[in-house]
Amino acid sequence: MVDILFYVFAAVAIGSALGVVMGRTPVGSLLFMVATLASLAGVYVLLEAHFIAAVQIIVYAGAIMVLFLFVIMLLNLGHEYRRDLQGGVAAVLSFIVVGVLAGLLSRQFRGEGALDVISAPGGQAIDAALIEHGAVGAIGQSLFTDYVVPFEITGVLLLVAIVGALVLAKRRVP
Amino acid sequence: MITPAMVLSAILFVVGTFGVLVRRNAIIMFLCIELQLNAVNLAFVALSRIWGIDGQVFVFFVMTVAAAEAAVGLAIIISIFRHYETVNVDNFNLLKW
Amino acid sequence: MHATLSVLLTQGGGHEAGGGGAFEPFFPGLVILLPLLGFVINGVLALQHARASANAVRAGGELELDGPRGRPSTHTLPSFVGPGVILLAFLLVLVNFTRMLGVELHEPVVVHYWTWMATSTFSVGAALQLDGLSMVMAMVVTGVSFLIHVFSVGYMKADPGYPRYFAYLNLFVFFMLLLVLGSSYALMFVGWEGVGLCSYLLIGFWFSDREKADAGKKAFIVNRIGDFGFLVAMFMLFVTFGTLDFAAIAHDAPGKLIYGGGLVTAITLFFFLGATGKSAQIPLYIWLPDAMAGPTPVSALIHAATMVTAGVYLVARSSVLFALSPVGSATVATVGVLTALLAATIALKQNDIKKVLAYSTVSQLGYMFVGVGVGAYAAGIFHLMTHAFFKALLFLGSGAVIHAMHEALHHTHSHADAQDMRNMGGLKRFMPITWVVMWIATLAIAGIWPFAGFFSKDEIIWQIAAFGGAEHAPFPGLYTLIWVLALVTAMLTAFYMTRLMVMTFHGTNRTGSHEAQHLHEVPPVMWVPLAVLAVLSVFGGWVNVPVALQESFLGGMGALPMSDWLHHFLEPVTATAHEIQVANLGEVSHHAPLGGGEVAWALISTILALGIVLASARVVGGWKVKPAAEDAAPTGFAKVLYNKWYVDEIYDAVVVQPLLRVSRFCWKIVDAGIIDGTVNGVGYLARGFGWLGSLFQTGTVNTYAFILTLGVLVILGAVIF
Repeated sequence: MVDILFYVFAAVAIGSALGVVMGRTPVGSLLFMVATLASLAGVYVLLEAHFIAAVQIIVYAGAIMVLFLFVIMLLNLGHEYRRDLQGGVAAVLSFIVVGVLAGLLSRQFRGEGALDVISAPGGQAIDAALIEHGAVGAIGQSLFTDYVVPFEITGVLLLVAIVGALVLAKRRVP
Repeated sequence: MITPAMVLSAILFVVGTFGVLVRRNAIIMFLCIELQLNAVNLAFVALSRIWGIDGQVFVFFVMTVAAAEAAVGLAIIISIFRHYETVNVDNFNLLKW
Repeated sequence: MHATLSVLLTQGGGHEAGGGGAFEPFFPGLVILLPLLGFVINGVLALQHARASANAVRAGGELELDGPRGRPSTHTLPSFVGPGVILLAFLLVLVNFTRMLGVELHEPVVVHYWTWMATSTFSVGAALQLDGLSMVMAMVVTGVSFLIHVFSVGYMKADPGYPRYFAYLNLFVFFMLLLVLGSSYALMFVGWEGVGLCSYLLIGFWFSDREKADAGKKAFIVNRIGDFGFLVAMFMLFVTFGTLDFAAIAHDAPGKLIYGGGLVTAITLFFFLGATGKSAQIPLYIWLPDAMAGPTPVSALIHAATMVTAGVYLVARSSVLFALSPVGSATVATVGVLTALLAATIALKQNDIKKVLAYSTVSQLGYMFVGVGVGAYAAGIFHLMTHAFFKALLFLGSGAVIHAMHEALHHTHSHADAQDMRNMGGLKRFMPITWVVMWIATLAIAGIWPFAGFFSKDEIIWQIAAFGGAEHAPFPGLYTLIWVLALVTAMLTAFYMTRLMVMTFHGTNRTGSHEAQHLHEVPPVMWVPLAVLAVLSVFGGWVNVPVALQESFLGGMGALPMSDWLHHFLEPVTATAHEIQVANLGEVSHHAPLGGGEVAWALISTILALGIVLASARVVGGWKVKPAAEDAAPTGFAKVLYNKWYVDEIYDAVVVQPLLRVSRFCWKIVDAGIIDGTVNGVGYLARGFGWLGSLFQTGTVNTYAFILTLGVLVILGAVIF
């Protein structure tokens, strides 16, 4: 059951990803992206990463994609009739490059499937933490004890990003 | 399920790279970069099943940074758009010799 | 340097092997150093003068003439330093000479100062060789130089380059003394090159005139061709003997070289090539007539008395080598007589007084070479000495004439040529002293008894007959021909010299009535040296009269104070050569080819010469000579003689033009095309590579993303594999 669901989600993800790349309009690409993100969230759930799945939907699909949408609407894109895909030599070269990349990556998946277990030491620890603290608590335990410094710094980073975005996008006073 | 998840991650990454290389619209290029990041996130989550909760913590951070980066990046694109009236990267060629 | 100075300033060190009393050299190093000191002092004054002139021009004005007698202040000292150092050098040589007179020197005295070059196989010392030959040459050089320096004080008085002139002249004397006093061929070559340099500097003294500068260049370049011969001969000598010292070579030569062998013939021929360059023989004489572009005292000193005699000195110094090579000696004699004849024919038709004297010099040098070519080295040197006296006198006298003509023509701003004899005539009224001394010189050069030239020229002609008719003489027919040609040339000499005198001093004056008012005799500073030289031209020949002549009517039956002292003085130097000659040629002849002995032919030649002089005076006196502006161009054979047998033109077509063509080819095609092309090509290549690199900088983000991905692939590949 889980496997079937996984493959469904995977198929949707891949199809939507191709749609992102091949999309004719910017909004179309964006919507395909949302679909990809949603299916990825589903995969996360299947992998017992519930908190991450939720955050994916809320932050990624809900906030970042909306931000993209706002920008697209702000810039009034989508009226150019010319496809903005590169054609010709560049496309062929890019295809070859990614093919090589795919080949390289796929090499790693030969051999015996040490990854074919659903339950490994790490996974069991996660399951235990899930039962004990709940989905949020499982991450929270680690986040606020071992990784509290990066957490705080991430806060500063977000502040910087806010200020930066404001300054950069501000209309110059004539 | 970890291996299939890794394979999916690899496929998504490759598609994302292809998108970065062939699209000329700056925003869509950015979107494809987000796709790449998501593929990596998936890989992290899958591997957390083997090596512990740290993988998911890292995904948390990646998402945060991705959000910040998206905000700043889009702000830059808006700023450039004001100058060029287009987001086609072929026009951003001041560095051409 | 201190050690060197102290060595030079002490009485000559070094070994002596004199027999019959010791000859102690008296500061021989100073003899050479004094003219060099004069050069330095005069040179500094010349530089000061140049700087002052340049400053004056820059300030927009004229140079201040703040010295005595209205001349610049830098022009007073050279008048004393220039001749002064030469006088001191002459006195030093005189002391050495008198010391040597009383001693019978069997070996030359070599005064060694320091080792100039030393390698494991070869060393040349800075040393001076004092023997009869070098003493005679040094006396002639310093003595005649001094007189010419004094003359120059008057002649060059008004010239702006006055200190520079004396600087160059002193430098020349330095090099010439080095040439004649050096103890090895290497040192001689230093002097050889140096006098060539000074000749260039002095011929082109008025270098702002393009023609005069070109004449200097021609002299130097033609000399250089001769220098190549000298160098090759030196190399061959070194290979054979391992040293270049005169004493060593003269000692070893009979043992190491075969009589008449190929090696010694080659050496002598190459040396002779050098001599033809320096002493203006066929084929390299062409520079000497052009060298008349320099000041007249320069022509007197360098191109009459000293530099051009360097070749004769070379042959005399290498007497052993030439005695060992009959082919070499025969070549020297043949070329000498041919040159003498050729130059005499050209002199017949020249109108420039200096050109006549120039060709006369070439001709007389030919005589000297005939002398040393037949093996009469003492006779050749004797003629060198007497020729120095009367040729210097002739040149200086012509200088006085030209000086007077210049002044006269200057007064009326006429543009007539002051050196053209057709513009002169009847000058004896205006310049009596010059007239007298020049007639003395003319009689000397024509070979009329009892003047100097008679004895020297006669000796040579007789020796041709003596050696050519020897028992086992090589090429007897050739020597007979040489003897005849020498006699013919002597007759021609008498004729053209008389022509010169008559056209210049006798007859009606053609300078123009206005100019003639300003003709006058030259000041004493100029005619006193002439007088001294005249005395020498009269009595100078009385030092080498053969015994046979002394006792005859020509020697006053022994009443006149003549002797054959010079012959004995030079005997030690030519002793080895003489031995070889006696061994190989047998006994010399006592009869001329046409019969008759020494005294008979001496009488015949002098009577013939006198007859020609008198006849020519009559004939030339009867010519209607027109001033140069009105004279017609010569035609026919006269035209060929006037144009110097077109030798310069032939050389130009055969040698100079092909050389220019080759040079142009090397320049345009090899240098500019190939070499520059290669260098430029490398530059273009570098630019091409740069252009290739620039193709990567497209400025588009996609390109950069692509390259980035490629980089990632590479790293990934490296990690995986």
